[in-house]
Amino acid sequence: MKQNLPRETLLEMYRRMRRIRLFEDLAEEIHRNGEVPGTCHTSQGQEGEIVGACMALRIDDYMVGNHRSHGHPIGKGAKLDGLMAELMARKTGVCGGKGGSMHLADFSVGSLGETSIVGSGIPVAAGAALGAKMKGLDRVSLCFFGDGASNEGTFHEGINMAANWKLPVIFLCENNGYAISTPISTTAQVENIADRAVGYGIPGVVVDGQDVLAVFEVVREAVHRARAGQGPTLVEAKTYRYLDHAANLGRNLAYRTDEEVAEWRAKRDPIALFDERITGEMGIKPAELRQIDDEVKAEVDGALEFARSSPFPDAEEAFTDVYGDRLAVDA
Amino acid sequence: MASKTFLEAIRDAQYEEMKRDDSVFIMGEDVESNMFGTFSGLKEEFGADRVRNTPIAEAGMTGVAVGAAMVGMRPVVDYTMAPFLYPAFDQIISMASKTRYLYGGQGGVPVVLRANMIYGNANAAQHSDRPYSMFMNMPGLNIIVPSNAYEMKGLLKTAIRNNDPVLSFEDVALWSSKSEIPDEEYTIPFGIADIKREGEDVTIFAIGAMVNLALAAAEQLAKEGISCEIIDPRTVAPLDRATILTSARKTGRFVAVDSSFEMCSAASEVCALVAEQAFWDLRGPVKRVCTPNTHIPYSPSMEKQLYPTVEKVIDAVRSVMA
Repeated sequence: MKQNLPRETLLEMYRRMRRIRLFEDLAEEIHRNGEVPGTCHTSQGQEGEIVGACMALRIDDYMVGNHRSHGHPIGKGAKLDGLMAELMARKTGVCGGKGGSMHLADFSVGSLGETSIVGSGIPVAAGAALGAKMKGLDRVSLCFFGDGASNEGTFHEGINMAANWKLPVIFLCENNGYAISTPISTTAQVENIADRAVGYGIPGVVVDGQDVLAVFEVVREAVHRARAGQGPTLVEAKTYRYLDHAANLGRNLAYRTDEEVAEWRAKRDPIALFDERITGEMGIKPAELRQIDDEVKAEVDGALEFARSSPFPDAEEAFTDVYGDRLAVDA
Repeated sequence: MASKTFLEAIRDAQYEEMKRDDSVFIMGEDVESNMFGTFSGLKEEFGADRVRNTPIAEAGMTGVAVGAAMVGMRPVVDYTMAPFLYPAFDQIISMASKTRYLYGGQGGVPVVLRANMIYGNANAAQHSDRPYSMFMNMPGLNIIVPSNAYEMKGLLKTAIRNNDPVLSFEDVALWSSKSEIPDEEYTIPFGIADIKREGEDVTIFAIGAMVNLALAAAEQLAKEGISCEIIDPRTVAPLDRATILTSARKTGRFVAVDSSFEMCSAASEVCALVAEQAFWDLRGPVKRVCTPNTHIPYSPSMEKQLYPTVEKVIDAVRSVMA
């Protein structure tokens, strides 16, 4: 089935992974030079699972993310300008400069928001699925969360409720091995997070998160089940993050070795693996990919330029959007 | 006009709003069994899809309600007792209250979170809280604390139509109390206090069931020639600062009655407001009548003394008149 994917789909997968990689590299760089205030959690290394899962959705399907979620709206098809402007705290950002790096959201592509309290998005994603179901829409909801979040109470409560009500939701655990610096092996006594699915009476599937096509297949099947009214699936993508938990946080922590990181980068990079595969067995020409590389580079540079030339929000805007129909301060 | 209880008012408000708007639905613990009578006939009329039992999972059900609200539903979530909001605290604060703001106004969270406040009935510290002031500290939330069946119905209908999260704190002391309810539909706007009694000498600000204490106190004080003005805020968020200040400036004396613990209570907030903004019109210090800062004990011999009473309100008024 994998070989039957249209060329356009394969090229779009590559394009979105490159977009995320370049966006994240740039985010890291401009955070270092002070253009991104606050903290910044990047996802280089995880592009395969992000894009594989997002591309199994329709644009009108819902998605909820987490603190490490620059890539998720990009994977779902969001334009880069507003995302970069949000990182740079500009008025033209997707959240008008109110959310920043940990709270991107682009409702226009179904991205209902990234949330920085670990695990908090899990029941919310189930709720979006409930809303879709009650409205008679055939939309599904996808929730990205990390291995750390799988130990939160909201994981249990949200998945259990979704299972009871057979909600059209896909719970996607991005297991990158570490909750900041704590290895998952020390905080969970199951081999796989997906093994916990049995406790909720739903399917649990483990997939190689560095293989975008494998993730796409697994999530596509889960989406099919969800749309058919068969309820949620817990998917665990085994993946890896190349950089620190957050920019400038954890560089000197001894929880993993430089060799381990180097090995993942050299042998398990999702973009390099995909490049090799589609130019080998799937007949994509390397020149096509280099052209995409150039286009993405121009797109990311354009987003940076857009953000840099955008104004900062006015101070008074701190008081808007607290309520839909009144200001933050009572009369 | 029909005479209805507080519980019937809750039921009727939900019924009317569910009838009016298909996106309104009920979820919560044991809602299908209609434990307190607030859901009578709703499941039969609207089906199990819209009167939905949840597992005992307060954080989860709150998050699910938030998600459903974000995509166009209007969940009304029943927590039964107010302390059961605590397991859901993060979802209420981090998600319900902040979603509109964090995402720059791309969407709101029209949920109603209903919780009753049962206290004074020997249920001890974990079952007796009146925690609305904890939530007043957080922007993005609306909070209603109705003082009778008429207010309850009108405020709950407004809550269900509101485009942001609303917490409804329902005092069990009022459950069986009755009001005359108009036959025609009505709603009560948020942030508009009701002057329950007009007076000249002292302003009594009272919340929820405390309004009845204040009214009883005012009755007795009138016999002594003390004229009390009673302000029922109806919603503590938004708070009708203008009406509170106008009354305090008029009478020059201010007492706030609040069944919450005194520390950082709603009473504290309005006393600070009056002291800050009406200081030069005051004839003496402001005064709070609250529950002292200890936990609620089980034994009635310890519990009964703690809450505001008519006598305590009278004493407070006399002290500010002195």
